[in-house]
Amino acid sequence: MKQFLAFVKKEFRHILRDKRTMLILLVMPIVQIILFGFAVTTEVKNVNTAVFDPSKDAATRQIIEKFKASPYFIVTEELTDFNLINDVFKYGKVSLVVVFSENFADNMLHTGEASVQLIADGTEPNQASTLINYASGILQSYQQEQMERYNAPFQIIPEIKMLFNPQMKSAYNFVPGVMGMVLILICAMMTSIAIVREKESGTMEMLLASPIKPIYIILAKAVPYFTLSVLNLITILLLAVFVLGVPIAGNLFWLILLSLLFIFLALSLGLLISTLVDTQLAAMLISGMALMMPIMVMSGMIFPIDSMPTILQWLSSIVPARWYIAPVKKLMIQGVAVQYAAKEFIILAAMTFFLIIVSLKKFKTRLG
Amino acid sequence: MLKFLIEKEFKQIARNSFVPKIIIGMPLVMMLILPWAANQSIKNVNICVVDNDRSVFSERLINKIASSGYFKLSDAASSYNSAMKSIESGSADIVFEIENGFEEKLFRENAARVMISANAVSGIKGGLGSSYLASILTDYAAELREAYAKSAVIANTAIPTFGIAAQYKFNPRLDYKVFMVPALMVMLLTMIAGFLPALNIVGEKEAGTIEQMNVSPVKNHIFILSKLIPYWVIGFVVLSLCLVLAASVYRLYPSGSVLTIYLFAGIYILIVSGFGLVVSNYSNTMQQAMFVMFFFVMVFILMSGLFTPIASMPDWAQNITAFNPLKYLMQVMRMVYLKGSSFSEMIPQFLALGAFAVVLNGWAILCYKKSS
Repeated sequence: MKQFLAFVKKEFRHILRDKRTMLILLVMPIVQIILFGFAVTTEVKNVNTAVFDPSKDAATRQIIEKFKASPYFIVTEELTDFNLINDVFKYGKVSLVVVFSENFADNMLHTGEASVQLIADGTEPNQASTLINYASGILQSYQQEQMERYNAPFQIIPEIKMLFNPQMKSAYNFVPGVMGMVLILICAMMTSIAIVREKESGTMEMLLASPIKPIYIILAKAVPYFTLSVLNLITILLLAVFVLGVPIAGNLFWLILLSLLFIFLALSLGLLISTLVDTQLAAMLISGMALMMPIMVMSGMIFPIDSMPTILQWLSSIVPARWYIAPVKKLMIQGVAVQYAAKEFIILAAMTFFLIIVSLKKFKTRLG
Repeated sequence: MLKFLIEKEFKQIARNSFVPKIIIGMPLVMMLILPWAANQSIKNVNICVVDNDRSVFSERLINKIASSGYFKLSDAASSYNSAMKSIESGSADIVFEIENGFEEKLFRENAARVMISANAVSGIKGGLGSSYLASILTDYAAELREAYAKSAVIANTAIPTFGIAAQYKFNPRLDYKVFMVPALMVMLLTMIAGFLPALNIVGEKEAGTIEQMNVSPVKNHIFILSKLIPYWVIGFVVLSLCLVLAASVYRLYPSGSVLTIYLFAGIYILIVSGFGLVVSNYSNTMQQAMFVMFFFVMVFILMSGLFTPIASMPDWAQNITAFNPLKYLMQVMRMVYLKGSSFSEMIPQFLALGAFAVVLNGWAILCYKKSS
């Protein structure tokens, strides 16, 4: 035990000595959480919209008024010619054009042939589908009002309730993802060079020649990084609540326990990388560059896992961040009981166990 | 002189057991796997039904929802509270509750209510799911009206209806791959042409070989050029590989000119490599260089409009993106691939990228000090 503590002290000194790196490690997560917490969002508002209205009757005017009143759209152009639609899109003036058919009000009431065409700029598919969705919502609510006004038969009136996030804040969805991504990448990057640096500088021989067991060498390396990561976790959670306005609706204890488990997993991942490669360059490139993309894309942080092809859904299950982001959403935002996150706890624990076993197996006690 | 220095750099890159693998491996993996995953469209929304009416009408409505191809009926619950359990466990995304007396009210009072409660932690999923469900209801109501069209009530009342049709310009099938593949190329270029140079000079510092450089008569700009040119060549190799993969795997061809892509990418690689060299100059250890680079690359990627639109960001964040070179090249790539824009339409991007290239590489030359 005494030997182990001495090792831990040595590792702490290594880290504390390098003030610049320390500063980077503590400040970087703060800046990233704030920047991404605000900037990674898909909320749509104040979208420039053009209207082509050949009818100019009461009904179309009421609909246009509804568009103007909506926070999502600003009607910037009233087109006089159908052919102008191509131009406004080409020059990027608007993202949505609402096209009414002729004799709209009349047809709406009598022939049933009235129609509205919504044309969205599809270069940003996600924004386009959200726009069409909001615009259809406005049109449907107008139609519903008219139905009620004329007391039309067979009306099915939906009451829509948004659970957990009534204001539809994008941050509720993205902040857990940003937390997971920042934690795992920074933790893995920190530790990935821990062992390989000793190899490169030649001090590894001394460690191996000492009477301490390999597992303690590895654990001693993890302790100071774990401490740093806990500091980061605290700042990240504080920022999420007080700056980004994401509530902690559930039990804080379980949220922290989950995060500690995840940090431990990330550190083990870093250590594994460190035992597998021979140079700092390779360790850094794997942990910083090669891990970044799969984590951003496959963890469910930005792109919903349900929408991926089945094979990729399986593949995404080896991305550890996936099993952190999903339960954080449950525990932090939905505030559900911890048993609903039991599966994720077990998976994270199993992954950590696996990584530690493999790093121990791969940790070479002989050089050359 | 320059020729030999460049030769040295290439030899060092080729000799490294890891770097060549990553130069070829990263583009292959990223281009082959990520476009399939990078899809924000919402599919397979799980829905839990609470049918308090159990009538012919409510059953037909449920069948209609199930057969829409958009929703999966995960389970049926006897009450709203037990349905909420499915939401909490994550097995359902939406609870759809039909009120008692649904069918009767439709006949007697002309209107009946249903309740849609969506898990809105993901605003997109909750929002799109519930509004799509609402449009199924509208369709169903129209079907009912049609079925009972001959009855006296309907024949005598005006029913205000209009059709709603959606259309997407430039990307009619709303294909995410067309959107993501050109952007992924930019991301790859940023990573490979950014990280590798960032680790280069500082690597020489750590290995101690920088001393030999410092005592040689090599001029600053020659030294920086010798570091820059190899990554420029590598960048072009990566880009060409990406273009070939996009064409052969995804059948994606730029609607505009390939030359425009190469022109803009050529400037862009200089920017990121120059930036990497600046970072490298200021760092003492590879770890520092890597962390700083990592920080900026993440900011560049997440604040470029690559995954989430810039228009959605708050104003101060949108102002920051003006200093993000990745944003400009990504705009260019998407414009060339999707809209077939030509050079004259992209002059603002050209000027912005040019300015970045001059400033960053000038800085790289100036901040390299031979004596410490």
